[in-house]
Amino acid sequence: MRRLPWTILAWAAGLVFFFPVLWMVLTGFKREADAASNPPTWVFTPTLDGYRQVFDRDLTPYLLNSLMASLFSTLLVLVLATPAAYALSLRPVGKWRDALFFFISTKMLPAVAALLPIYLVVKELGMLDNVWTMVILYSAMNLPLAIWMMRSFLLEVPASVLEAAEMDGAGLLVSIRRVLLPIVSPGLAATALICFIFSWNEFFFAVNLTATRAGTAPIFLVGFISSEGLFLARLCAAATLVSLPVVLAGWLAQKQLVRGLSMGAVK
Amino acid sequence: MSSATLEKEAPVRPASKRAGPAASRRDRWSRRAPLLPALIFAIVVTQVPFLVTLYLSTLSWNALRPGSREFTGLSNYATVLSDGRLRAALVNTVVLTASSVVVSVLIGLGLAILLDRKFPGRGVVRTLLITPFLVMPMAAALLWKHAIYNPAYGLINGILGGDTDWVSGYPMVAVVATLVWQWTPFMMLIILAGLQSQSLETLEAARVDGASAWQTFLHITLPYLRPYLELSALLGSIYLVQTFDAVFTITQGGPGTATTNLPYEIYLTTFRKFEYGEAAAAGVVVVIGTIAVATFALRVISGLFKMEVSR
Amino acid sequence: MSRRPLFAVILEFALISVLIVSLAACSGAGGSGSSSDGDSKTITALMVGNPQMEDIAKLTADSFTKETGITVRFTILPENELRDKVTQDVATQGGQYDVVTIGAYEAPIWAKNGWLHELSSYADKDSGYDEADLLEPMVKSLSGEDGNLYAAPFYGESSFLMWNKDLFAAKGITMPERPTWQQVADYARQLNDKQAGVAGICLRGLPGWGEVFAPLTTVVNTFGGTWFEKDWTPKVNSPEFTEATKFYVDLVRQYGEAGASQAGFTECLNTFGQGKAAMWYDATSAAGTLEDASASKVAGKVGYAYAPVNKTRSSGWLWAWAWAMPKTTKQADAAWQFISWATGKEYEKLVGEKLGWSRLPAGKRTSTYNLPEYKQSATAFADITLKAIEEADPTNPGLQPRPALGVQFVGIPEFADLGTKVSQEVASAIAGKTTVEQALADGQKLAETVAEKYRK
Repeated sequence: MRRLPWTILAWAAGLVFFFPVLWMVLTGFKREADAASNPPTWVFTPTLDGYRQVFDRDLTPYLLNSLMASLFSTLLVLVLATPAAYALSLRPVGKWRDALFFFISTKMLPAVAALLPIYLVVKELGMLDNVWTMVILYSAMNLPLAIWMMRSFLLEVPASVLEAAEMDGAGLLVSIRRVLLPIVSPGLAATALICFIFSWNEFFFAVNLTATRAGTAPIFLVGFISSEGLFLARLCAAATLVSLPVVLAGWLAQKQLVRGLSMGAVK
Repeated sequence: MSSATLEKEAPVRPASKRAGPAASRRDRWSRRAPLLPALIFAIVVTQVPFLVTLYLSTLSWNALRPGSREFTGLSNYATVLSDGRLRAALVNTVVLTASSVVVSVLIGLGLAILLDRKFPGRGVVRTLLITPFLVMPMAAALLWKHAIYNPAYGLINGILGGDTDWVSGYPMVAVVATLVWQWTPFMMLIILAGLQSQSLETLEAARVDGASAWQTFLHITLPYLRPYLELSALLGSIYLVQTFDAVFTITQGGPGTATTNLPYEIYLTTFRKFEYGEAAAAGVVVVIGTIAVATFALRVISGLFKMEVSR
Repeated sequence: MSRRPLFAVILEFALISVLIVSLAACSGAGGSGSSSDGDSKTITALMVGNPQMEDIAKLTADSFTKETGITVRFTILPENELRDKVTQDVATQGGQYDVVTIGAYEAPIWAKNGWLHELSSYADKDSGYDEADLLEPMVKSLSGEDGNLYAAPFYGESSFLMWNKDLFAAKGITMPERPTWQQVADYARQLNDKQAGVAGICLRGLPGWGEVFAPLTTVVNTFGGTWFEKDWTPKVNSPEFTEATKFYVDLVRQYGEAGASQAGFTECLNTFGQGKAAMWYDATSAAGTLEDASASKVAGKVGYAYAPVNKTRSSGWLWAWAWAMPKTTKQADAAWQFISWATGKEYEKLVGEKLGWSRLPAGKRTSTYNLPEYKQSATAFADITLKAIEEADPTNPGLQPRPALGVQFVGIPEFADLGTKVSQEVASAIAGKTTVEQALADGQKLAETVAEKYRK
């Protein structure tokens, strides 16, 4: 029974953290006037007006663009990061420290400062308003974190296991598939999920580098802000919708996430 | 951006000396090969824009005066370094980053400990707790600004009463609170992962030895968690130092310059003053500063960069 | 341990990825084309997220595209992001957009920078366009120094005073058609009712050159003040500017709405629309929403009076959202076709018939105010809106000649920064954290730096 206060505390913390999200979802079902009432409206008749306005604008292309940009960049990141992480951990190159530091340092140029040069380069290449531009940029954005995470996971693999597999005469390919991948796959999943989340949610590059064809979900979202009229309810409806895919993915994968991270996020 | 080569680490690779040239060269390349795609990709995608930034930083180029694009050497750097605004922005960046990282790591630690025990509905509580991290940051910032902080119809005044104007009265707190709300779940996940990988036997042993829960936590769990705490602080800093969405949306850097951090200051130079050259110079200065700090932090303070030497 | 197997693994992994990717791509086929279609009959449009723009996004496909075969792709962004993006796009010749919505503030400045196509020659050739029908103040404020039109008005507004008839009747006060600010202050005092939670008047206090300084600059104008005199002498701390600002700040502090320093158009619309304020001085475009019973509790109970004055005869502001073509567009003809359609007479009727007459993008054409259906749906405020717009003079809004265009703003690129910085000080004066004198003394210094550039 000594545990009860802690249980209550945990629940309270969970509710406190979740409450703004709940409020967002609720507000999405209000009429604009109720959403901006003073004091806040707690009891109201739900309406789908906000959602109707959201669906009046074509949400699908934005979601597809986001999906493509996030999915492809996540895949590209994994394809690049996994072997790189291998070369920085299990069979390290000579200057692995410098290499690792280089990757991390690429995250340090403030995105805002990088925008103009990137914009100019992309414009010269004729790649403005193109989903693949976003794929490449998001890959570069997530690569350092992915290498870091994958490297930690690989370091967790006991050397003895690999050696044992080699002793058995298994080639590297086989030993990687039979031994390495099963051990690392939760980590791989965790890395992928985090990369996906960051790509899906990115706003600043998207708003400046895309126009009408490659616009992603966050662009769709801010289109609901209006300087002439009430917009909170429909904004919340849109926010709920565009956040939903990642929130669901995160909820479903949270166990893998914790397991993935706990298999040695730190080494 | 550019990798600061550290002489300290660089030298001696005896294996590569002439001893067995063919074998060792092949070995070296087989070690390097998997690294190369990522390395080349990172160099192309991040260093090309950086070179362009360097180039831009030597130009006097104001977008509002068409045709005003000319080489000025290093005068942009002089302007940027002598500008008091950049220093103010630096202070704000440090305050903003440090306070949101510290607070979210501490709360994250507390929550992770709460979650590291079995209780009814643990899965549900964990689900509730991680949600803020999953919500789109732009959506979160808009939500906090309009639905929570708004003095007329925001949630805080709705619950507490009064008409305090949170955003202009406590701008930094308002931004930090939003960031903490978003990032605490991330910190919590990493720390929770650490807690769950802790061996139960050690804890059991401590308990048998008669250590109190608090003592066990202080002397066993906390030291064990240290790398996890460092990792969450490091990752948090890397991302939070770049905070833009929240500042842009919630306070617009104000009131005055109370919450103008470096990214937002650079944004203002780019999109309000349209001094592209100055903005690029400020970007370069920030990168150099960040790399200096990061080198120090990563190699001296943090143990994260030490790999077990055995490999 | 040779390196081959490792590559094989990478290859295998890559192949699996490609497989997944192509599966995903197949299932997600459609909208998200990354290939730039060479079809010259597609134009791209960037616009702000105001209700009138949302309407046009809905109507374009079934009407404009059907008639002309030109597809229009829209991006909707908030004002700030829109300005940033258009400026960057135009200044670096990015050419991402064929048409963009811009405000009355940007039009002459961008025209001067050579960023926009002039539209007069297109309009002259376009027989159905009827340029003469456009309201004169609108044309004036959207023209460049060369006298050519650079942006075609989509809808326009002035400012006026809205008052709650029930609250006025309860106190037995009558509102004159052309009130003075002194009268307004007097009514605000009588009608302010803290206990009932009713403010005497609602005024903007939110920082931003287009927020608090929209109404405040009109007050300054009518009190005889100005930002700059004709020769660019800054007058921000002049007695007139100070008197006007003090009047405004005192009025809103004593009888204004709660949390005034964070109140913008939206907040005031909400306060007044819920019956929590007796008066509201703001944009004429608010009337449409206020008279919509589903969004407001005061529909049918609002009276409209001209913008209050002090030393001038009228004082309403002038604002328009207008369509412009960046110089970088490669499809100027198609873009003009769209602009012509969007700002033409037929489009107004189309909106009226399809979406309702109250949603008409009004305030730009004389003919709009002769449409019987529109007159009927907007009886309460149509005439006064039209007159308010006609009375506004962007070249000479106050007592002295001005160096740049604009009623509630100064039409120079530096004003956005200047106005915003001073507005932050004024907002903190409204919040009681500084004095008006201090705020304006700081403002004067900023204005002097700006003036230096222009005086030489």
